[in-house]
Amino acid sequence: MKARAKQDAAPVALSREITFAQAINEALAEEMRRDPRVFVIGEDVGEAGTPFKVLSGLIQEFGPERVIDSPISEAGITGLGVGAAMTGMRPVVDIMFGDFLTLTMDQVVNQAAKIHYMSGGKLKVPMVVRTTLGATRRSAAQHSQSLHALFSHVPGLKVALPSTPYDAKGLLKTAVRDDNPVIFFEDKMMYQLKGPVPEEEYTIPFGVADIKRPGTDITIVATSSMVQVALAAAEKLAGERISAEIIDVRTTAPLDKETLIESAKKTGRAMVVDEGYERYGVTAEIASVIADSAFYYLDAPVKRIGAMHVPVPFSPALEDLTVPTPETVVEAAKTLCGRI
Amino acid sequence: MKRSTKPKPKTGAPASATLGPEKLLRFYRQMVKIRLFEEQVNQLYTSAKMPGLAHLYIGQEAVAVGICEALRPDDYITSTHRGHGHCLAKGASADRMFAELLGKASGYCRGKGGSMHIADQDTGNLGANAIVGGSAGIATGAALSAKMRRSEQVSVCFFGEGALGQGLLYESMNMASLWKLPVIYVCENNLYNEYTHYRETTAGEFTTRAEAFGIPSESIDGQDIELVHTAALRLVERARQGKGPAFLTCNTYRFHGHHVGDIDRSYYRSKKEEEEWKNKRDPIELLAGRLVARKLVDTKALKELEEEGRREIEAGVAYALSAPYPDPGEVDQHVYT
Repeated sequence: MKARAKQDAAPVALSREITFAQAINEALAEEMRRDPRVFVIGEDVGEAGTPFKVLSGLIQEFGPERVIDSPISEAGITGLGVGAAMTGMRPVVDIMFGDFLTLTMDQVVNQAAKIHYMSGGKLKVPMVVRTTLGATRRSAAQHSQSLHALFSHVPGLKVALPSTPYDAKGLLKTAVRDDNPVIFFEDKMMYQLKGPVPEEEYTIPFGVADIKRPGTDITIVATSSMVQVALAAAEKLAGERISAEIIDVRTTAPLDKETLIESAKKTGRAMVVDEGYERYGVTAEIASVIADSAFYYLDAPVKRIGAMHVPVPFSPALEDLTVPTPETVVEAAKTLCGRI
Repeated sequence: MKRSTKPKPKTGAPASATLGPEKLLRFYRQMVKIRLFEEQVNQLYTSAKMPGLAHLYIGQEAVAVGICEALRPDDYITSTHRGHGHCLAKGASADRMFAELLGKASGYCRGKGGSMHIADQDTGNLGANAIVGGSAGIATGAALSAKMRRSEQVSVCFFGEGALGQGLLYESMNMASLWKLPVIYVCENNLYNEYTHYRETTAGEFTTRAEAFGIPSESIDGQDIELVHTAALRLVERARQGKGPAFLTCNTYRFHGHHVGDIDRSYYRSKKEEEEWKNKRDPIELLAGRLVARKLVDTKALKELEEEGRREIEAGVAYALSAPYPDPGEVDQHVYT
């Protein structure tokens, strides 16, 4: 809680607006300038700057030795990242689409996540795996998943998923400085989202949720781009005199339980919105945390909204049905508040 | 399926001229230490004093010792589920290894890793690995790191021929060759992927797999420590000079089963085959025979060396058996730094 107060106390310099993609780029460039051990490895990270152009300019400043264009070998580059991290470097491994994380599973889950523990605390893996999540880009079932729940499930991993340019920059800088493996999810639909980001150096601690909009009637906990969806919903709900408090967890591992519970106790109603699959997902975990500790304060069961339990379809007419929208969030919130 | 496949090693020029008697005696001591360590593990396991799984390295000692003796203390190795030999050969001490195998707090990993995950940062051992081929990326990444840091360290990736079935190895070798990384891939061909002969699982020839990536590839008799060591010296030096990775197949044999509990092996290999290797291809006996034949040492002195090793191993076991288990409070320590 203290940490949040501290990092939020910088409203002076927030006049500058940059995109989410620029925020990521700035965070990496600053960390690479600060620490010669930091390097980037991934497919088309060099001259191409990734297909999303998020890394444009890095190779010009840092050269091909620190911005390494790799073969299309997700398991291999993640494995190399683990080995480099164990021996004094701080790799940032770029996995272009979150769906491709499935190719890295052994290296992330069996190796990176467990090495510190298995070695009795002697070895460490200060590695960041940057990747994407999010549907509605018409990219179909193998380029649209939000698989952050899989990694939030595994002890030894940290998982960050920013919702604004400000958070993206601050959280990524923290991820690079963390001595544990961090899986960093960026919603590819947010890369062009603009927001205030100060010129000055700052970082955002992990495990500190952010109240993106205060409210009194209902708590809406959200992640990544679903925070933007929840904020849009809150605006509509305000028109119906429902005051929604929007909380962005910012990291699912570690999870700032205290902020969620406090808010739910205050409002008496809570829902969780996340773009991962609802079944066995992040929404289930967060709903359970709230129910466990705020049960006697709640006027209704915690409501969960996640992605529909289907592979993401290609057809726009179908794809849009699979993810939470401001409208579905508004409807659910109104129901929870007894307004329907 | 029974087979009596014998390795057909390419034998290089005799290396004895380059290896002095002190070095050969050290090899002998190290190999004997590993043998005695593993015999003790067998004992601990069968007397129910050791929990978990035990994959014995007996029969393959010349590979670990021959390779690791060519490395600097700060060079890296990654190891396998059959990793006690690599760990000892890279310089770990028997007492703390036994402690780890018994799950004791004074073990190398505070009892949290066990037999299949022993790691010892101080001797450059980045860890045994219970995923077959799982350390190919780590070893190659350590080599990338060494190159980026300009430390002139070399990384050795030990794996069995079973790992030739894993894609990660090929992804890693591709990058090692592209970027001329200082990593040696040491394939210990002990003939069996667990309970299946490698010919049933491995198409083509081992050497050509690495050659496809432009990596120099050799196949040698892994029971002949002089050959192994000479090859290692050459390939390690080459890697250290920035000339890139190499692939070394060491043809060897696992005297015991896949793990201690693998008693009835008749369905996958014959007693006759086992006896042939044990009687004619024991790496320790081969070296002992040469040492005596070259009059570098007599059998009495070798016996004394063995007794010396036995005392060290027995002291190590005694230490581990009496060492305390970790405090329950340690269970959730070291999940994160």
